[in-house]
Amino acid sequence: MSDDLETLREQTVQALAAATDQRAWDAVRVGTLGKSGRLTALLKELGRMTPDERRARGAALNRLRDDLTRLIEARGQELEAAALNARLAAERVDVTLPGAPEAEGLLHPITRTIEEMAAIFGAMGFQVAEGPDIESDWHNFSALNTPAHHPARTDQDTFYLPPEAEGQPERVLRTQTSGVQIRTMLGQEPPIRIIAPGRTYRADHDATHSPMFHQCEGLVIEKGITLGHLKGCLSDFLRAFFQMPDLPVRFRASYFPFTEPSMEIDIGWSRKTGQIGAGDDWLEVLGAGMVHPRVLANCGLDAREWQGFAFGMGIERLTMLRHGIPDLRSFYESDVRWLRHYGTSPLSPALLHEGL
Amino acid sequence: MKFSLSWLREHLETTATLEEITATLNTIGLEVEGVEDPGAALASFRTARIIEAVQHPNADRLRVCQVDAGEGFERVQVVCGAPNARAGLHVIFAPPGTHIPASGITIKAGKLRGEASGGMLCSLRELGLGEDHDGIAELPEGTAPGQSYPLFAKLDDPVIDIAITPNRGDALAVRGVARDLAAAGLGRLKPWLVETVEGQGDSTITWRITYPEACPWVLGRTIRGVKNGPSPAWLRRRLESIGLRPISALVDITNFFTHDLGRPLHVFDADKVRGGELTICRGAGETFTALDGSEHVMTPDDCVIADSSGVLSLAGIMGGAESGVSEETTTVFVECALFDPVAIALSGRRHNLHSDARQRFERGVDQALPPAALEAATRMIIDLCGGVADNVVSAGGEPAWQRQAHLEFARLETLGGLVEEPDHAVHLLEGLGFEVRECDARHVVVDVPSWRNDIATPMLLDQQPGLPEARGRAAAEGAVAINPEVDLIEEVLRLRGLDSVPAVSLPVHSAVPLPALTPRQARTASLRRTLAARGLLETVGFSFVAQEQAAQFGETPAGLHLLNPIAADLDQMRPTPLVNLLAAIKANAARGYPDIGLFEVGPGFDADGQKQVAAGIRSGHSARQPGQPARPVDLWQVKADALAALSVMGAAMEGLSLSADAPAYYHPGRSGVIRQGPKLVLGHFGQLHPALLAARGIDVPVCAFTLYPDAVPEPKRRRKGPPALSAFQPLRRDFAFVVSADVPAEKLLKAVKGAERNLIVAVSLFDVYEGDKVPAGHKSLGIEITLQPMDGTLTDAEIEAVCDRVVAAAHKSCNAVLRG
Repeated sequence: MSDDLETLREQTVQALAAATDQRAWDAVRVGTLGKSGRLTALLKELGRMTPDERRARGAALNRLRDDLTRLIEARGQELEAAALNARLAAERVDVTLPGAPEAEGLLHPITRTIEEMAAIFGAMGFQVAEGPDIESDWHNFSALNTPAHHPARTDQDTFYLPPEAEGQPERVLRTQTSGVQIRTMLGQEPPIRIIAPGRTYRADHDATHSPMFHQCEGLVIEKGITLGHLKGCLSDFLRAFFQMPDLPVRFRASYFPFTEPSMEIDIGWSRKTGQIGAGDDWLEVLGAGMVHPRVLANCGLDAREWQGFAFGMGIERLTMLRHGIPDLRSFYESDVRWLRHYGTSPLSPALLHEGL
Repeated sequence: MKFSLSWLREHLETTATLEEITATLNTIGLEVEGVEDPGAALASFRTARIIEAVQHPNADRLRVCQVDAGEGFERVQVVCGAPNARAGLHVIFAPPGTHIPASGITIKAGKLRGEASGGMLCSLRELGLGEDHDGIAELPEGTAPGQSYPLFAKLDDPVIDIAITPNRGDALAVRGVARDLAAAGLGRLKPWLVETVEGQGDSTITWRITYPEACPWVLGRTIRGVKNGPSPAWLRRRLESIGLRPISALVDITNFFTHDLGRPLHVFDADKVRGGELTICRGAGETFTALDGSEHVMTPDDCVIADSSGVLSLAGIMGGAESGVSEETTTVFVECALFDPVAIALSGRRHNLHSDARQRFERGVDQALPPAALEAATRMIIDLCGGVADNVVSAGGEPAWQRQAHLEFARLETLGGLVEEPDHAVHLLEGLGFEVRECDARHVVVDVPSWRNDIATPMLLDQQPGLPEARGRAAAEGAVAINPEVDLIEEVLRLRGLDSVPAVSLPVHSAVPLPALTPRQARTASLRRTLAARGLLETVGFSFVAQEQAAQFGETPAGLHLLNPIAADLDQMRPTPLVNLLAAIKANAARGYPDIGLFEVGPGFDADGQKQVAAGIRSGHSARQPGQPARPVDLWQVKADALAALSVMGAAMEGLSLSADAPAYYHPGRSGVIRQGPKLVLGHFGQLHPALLAARGIDVPVCAFTLYPDAVPEPKRRRKGPPALSAFQPLRRDFAFVVSADVPAEKLLKAVKGAERNLIVAVSLFDVYEGDKVPAGHKSLGIEITLQPMDGTLTDAEIEAVCDRVVAAAHKSCNAVLRG
């Protein structure tokens, strides 16, 4: 390479190195390869040369042009990358700043428990039935073999509402969701498998009683249903609900006006630690029994043909046991701190195949 | 009901332990509520004798005793400070490890002033058994050392407390409990024998019944020359063991029989009975002062016992203060009657009087027992108080209580799920006092004992009015046929223990179960999840609220006012859960949490009845963020909540309309009603009225919505057609229309949407301007339309034509003009 070309290359390389921004780099590019650039000027001179001179000089110039083009391009990319880096550095933020604020909504634990009950009993072929909170005396008591003088009625401190019309009996706030069972038996032919979760009311207010609470009752009326099925169904439920396949379950004879034989059902727990399924103590969680022949008769079912069982349980009670919630009253206080602590995500509904 | 183990053993011959007894009680339906064992805490104290006692070398007031406390403690050195510690004294010894109830300390072996001491000699006070004189307890001469002290002192008498279900009046008696335990195989029921007392002459007091519906049978007996004083120790201990206060022998005897046999008795001071006749009759407005001092006005439904001077006793419930026995009583008249359970239950409830007698009569007492019980009571009175008995007087007669029940053995399995030998089933029933009338391999017929008022009772049906007659009759016959049998099955099952019935899972009718929820129920579940997913916390509030708070949200009809509210602020059925939600906003703000969102899905009540209401509320401000100041909650948030909820419930969103006539508890200018069609109200939303918030003392902004899920028509479950996916790009055009300020934006959007239904697929509002750039009383609405060609790219002319139609439609509907 002749000296002038070598010089041009050297000077261009130096100029590129000296160019630290886009504009300086562009000046070098134009000053070298542009229309009036130094290399372009040299190329223009070729025309005035002899063919031999031109051949030798042309080849050298072409090589130089390729070389410089490559160097300029490379420097250009370098500067571009540096500029981008500089911009990104300038755009840097404090990533520990909070994300976009979003209030987390949650479902109430009572809703969750009812969902779980529906899922478990649903798997056993039950349907969820509902009924009014304000009941007639007949639906709440009389149909259930609990006449006005029955001692069981004094155990249930009932809230009363004025009669619908003068001369009619007072209406009651249902003390149990049994009215739903009655309506179901009157409204559809057996076989019947329903659960009836809902609000219930009793005039009792202290640390362990609330004037309003929730119950889930159940009813099975089919031919050939025995007390053995009652035991199986409720053991299956309790073990699924508490997620303990070998949860100890005990059945004790008891009395309710609307079932016979009647029983109370205990699960094993530890009085000391409160742990379900552990320890030597028993905790009552359910009442149940074979539907009383008089209740069947009151609803027009012939006890010689149909039999079955009914049960009832406190939803808050089971929720408290399941989640270790200490205070019944807190369920209704709508304290956001409590709701956030015990609420469940709406995006994980109670699905058996996902696990409760 | 409480009873002590020793009392039970008076009736039950058994070798069973306390644990076996309580376990069996639980099994057979006599639920054990508690066991108190006063001896259990003292189990390690033992009797002992001081062999030798010498002065402590280093302490004036201490003695060093050598004590014989029996096996393992034959010669223990104990340092004792009691002045009466002396050689030969029989004492109570606490070995190391013993917990001293009175002081709460645990005895350790150690040294006292240099002398070894391997236990403690105790006073009764230290055992928690009373205040004795100075020094350690002195036991009787000759007491063998090494006995368990509670055993020696007969403190080993645990008291069992059982819950008696309303059907088991017979178990409100120690004898009844013993009978049940014996029948369950826990021993033998001892025979109960009564020694008759010959009458010595005619009674000066006689009975008359004028209210036989309430009292079919009454017996009585006068005993003269009694001396009423304190009861003997055994009787006092009996009563004290179950928490009754001994009063006097005559009263204690009645209490004894109430608990021993479940047979309430009443004693009158015969000298206070006027006119020589006691009448059992209806009340007639008299004022009666009961033994507990309470006053009651007798009604004609009450059954009272009266003499010529007036009411002496509210029959079967409580005696009167005036005619009762006292220390001065010398002639006593004992009443032993049968009262109708229903009359007693209603009367007791009417006067809110509770007594052991009422508890037993309203459950039913042994209907054949009165003569024998009266003899037993007479005998005990004469034994304890002396005196001479007159002849028994009575009125009415023994009712026909005899009933039979029948059991088909196979039914034990087909109803009870229990495989049981017929012989064993019969044996169990006989243990309860049923007598076999007829028995073969297939079935048994038994007589029901006089004390079981819950078995094979007359049929009380209350069938649904309007049941088809044939159906009702068949059902009633079915119950009559089955009921007594079920009564017997229950007896066999409870004695066998329900744990002996094998558990069987429910038969599966369908391998894959049908949905447990109806479409409407499932929709409510989705509604809840949607609201929660939008950041609202679900609450559950009481269905009754304070009336004045309810009144702020709607009508409070008298028909929804509780007749017996438990508290003044829980007296009215709520019209909407918003009542509770607003209270919750206030309570949470007071706790320091003003910026929250809550919702509840629950019942609301009005004159039309009950309906499901979904209500939500947002209060306070958005969270502050760098670069974003806190913004107060606004109605657009709750509007979006409400519409999202309606959408997930399947409401036809295109057909919804909005109007500004929301209920009065909203800000009148910042609230709306959501309707489907012209009438059907699906809900409302808005900012709550500032006056309401001020009245409730809430000083944060609050917006709320209410939805009526039941009003949302169930979506039709039609299969969707395939979507129309165009191959051509949509194009968008903006317009700015000037309209009168009172034109709702929605009206303009609807008009524009309708201008060209085939091409315009979306219309949205992007700007609202009111100000000096538009004429006064007007506003400019910026809207964007999206055109979606389906068959080919639109030409400029076609686009122009659509735009012209949009402008025309806007003008026609809203008098809108394009902004210049």
